[in-house]
Amino acid sequence: MLLRAGGRRLLAPGLRRVLGGGGLLADPVAVGGGRAYHERVVDHYENPRNVGSFENDDPSVGTGLVGAPACGDVMKLQIRVDESSGKIVDACFKTFGCGSAIASSSVATEWVKGKQMEEVLTIKNSEIAKHLSLPPVKLHCSMLAEDAIKAAVKNYEAKKAKLGQKGKVTAAEKAAEA
Amino acid sequence: MALSRRLLPVLLRRGGCLSAFPSAARALSTAAVPADAEEEEAVTIKGVRISGRPLYMDMQATTPVDPRVLDAMLPFYLSRYGNPHSRTHLYGWESDAAVEEARARVAALVGADSREIFFTSGATECNNIAVKGVMRFYRDRRRHVITTQTEHKCVLDSCRYLQQEGFEVTYLPVRPDGLVDVAQLADAIRPDTGLVSVMAVNNEIGVVQPLEEIGRICREKGVPFHTDAAQALGKIPIDVNQMGIGLMSLSAHKIYGPKGVGALYLRRRPRIRVEPQMSGGGQERGIRSGTVPTPLVVGFGAACEIAAKEMDYDYRRATTLQQRLLDGIRGQVDDIVINGSMEHRYPGNLNLSFAYVEGESLLMGLKEVAVSSGSACTSASLEPSYVLRALGVEEDMAHTSIRFGIGRFTTEEEVDRAIELTVHQVKKLRDMSPLYEMAKAGIDLKSIQWAQH
Repeated sequence: MLLRAGGRRLLAPGLRRVLGGGGLLADPVAVGGGRAYHERVVDHYENPRNVGSFENDDPSVGTGLVGAPACGDVMKLQIRVDESSGKIVDACFKTFGCGSAIASSSVATEWVKGKQMEEVLTIKNSEIAKHLSLPPVKLHCSMLAEDAIKAAVKNYEAKKAKLGQKGKVTAAEKAAEA
Repeated sequence: MALSRRLLPVLLRRGGCLSAFPSAARALSTAAVPADAEEEEAVTIKGVRISGRPLYMDMQATTPVDPRVLDAMLPFYLSRYGNPHSRTHLYGWESDAAVEEARARVAALVGADSREIFFTSGATECNNIAVKGVMRFYRDRRRHVITTQTEHKCVLDSCRYLQQEGFEVTYLPVRPDGLVDVAQLADAIRPDTGLVSVMAVNNEIGVVQPLEEIGRICREKGVPFHTDAAQALGKIPIDVNQMGIGLMSLSAHKIYGPKGVGALYLRRRPRIRVEPQMSGGGQERGIRSGTVPTPLVVGFGAACEIAAKEMDYDYRRATTLQQRLLDGIRGQVDDIVINGSMEHRYPGNLNLSFAYVEGESLLMGLKEVAVSSGSACTSASLEPSYVLRALGVEEDMAHTSIRFGIGRFTTEEEVDRAIELTVHQVKKLRDMSPLYEMAKAGIDLKSIQWAQH
């Protein structure tokens, strides 16, 4: 009788404290040994921006493909550049990788839009990491995003150079396309 | 008993992981509480807010304690709390009697004698005693250990430790289906082999090794056969005599028992001797000193008793649910690989690789289902699971694996919901995946020169 009543009083508040609201579960950092995802990473994962693909052959598109499946991270970042102003008018990405990698590349596409190509080359992985509060173990994801931006720009420039060598014919083709 | 009956509804309501529905079957479910039922139960975790607790499908990591087991344990916490080694009063005697009864139940489940069961803190400790204890005891005559590449970390680490002490270890490779090549094992046995250690059911991929064959070979060659049966106990029939097992590691929290207790089986005929790893008062016949934790041990015994009765039913049910899960997922997404043999498998463990999708990102999307992954990102280092690598799974596929665990309390609704969520997330991630895009365009991914940084 005593135990029955006493037991419930003993256990219920304890359970409520341990399992219910406050305490361990409500504090994201405490769970998982401090490896909590920042809200922004989760947001980019849940609502990814700029997922998609541009035509690879399009001369105004630069494609950066970095990483390796063996490492668990592959990012494809594409930029569409306005020929005359050298400004990036659109960007999209596709990523095979963890949540942090997806978020890093998503952030990268957001940040390059509307900027000059020279400007985006100055985007540092540390800025991306700080924006997403990436833990040390995930810093390589932001590095890969930085590499992807650079690779996309490089690819665009290489394409432009190759097309430029072809001379007038190409200019006429481009005029016809426009 | 009355105490526990009154407490159980409190536990069910407050615990949140068990629903508050009246019917007994539903009450035992670990399905997430519906959102409208209790808003205060909403959980914010890792920056993510989910309505109620996730569906638990990670039975290989641990299992919920069966309420019947908890019933058996509680009196030993609250009223019969004596130390089983106290020889002078009722508390000690009744505690000791309970321990011995539990020991008999554990022994019965594996076809052993009570005197061959020694309680420890868990399968890790058992593996340590088995590997290090046996080799150190016979260190003058036996210098070689044989094990497999897919063993649990504690076995592999104990072997590495022995290597530092000067012993030699052979880590046998496994076939792509996860099974060890028995002929290769037989060849590897040397005159100075002191132990063969092969786990019964693999925790990651669920494959069942051919224990009878291995046991027969070891018996012929006079080498003790140790098996880590933590995932096998109570799930597949084990008979230590039929399988020629000399040492066996058992764990309670994999069969709906409490965490913190396990048992080591040590054969008496022929007697296997070990050097104790814990020094102390000589409890457990000198094999493992330390007070035997009566409530945990009683819980272990109760879990074994229940498992003995319900093993067949659980097995058939797990098989049905696994088939349902597999058909449900395969029916909606393609490019899926099952890791490990389908024929020699415990049905409660399904390890799938989803091509072109990374494991951690899939897990992040599956936050309403508690599953595990063999992906690098989820391990402390950035290396993919060594078990999957041992199977010969390519690194990019090893990054994509998800392990689904089905258990006694898994319901069909949970499986259906898991299918729904998994398919949704896989499709979403494949849309985001450059590899899927390239594969669909017909590009052979193996031919690409990746720019590694």
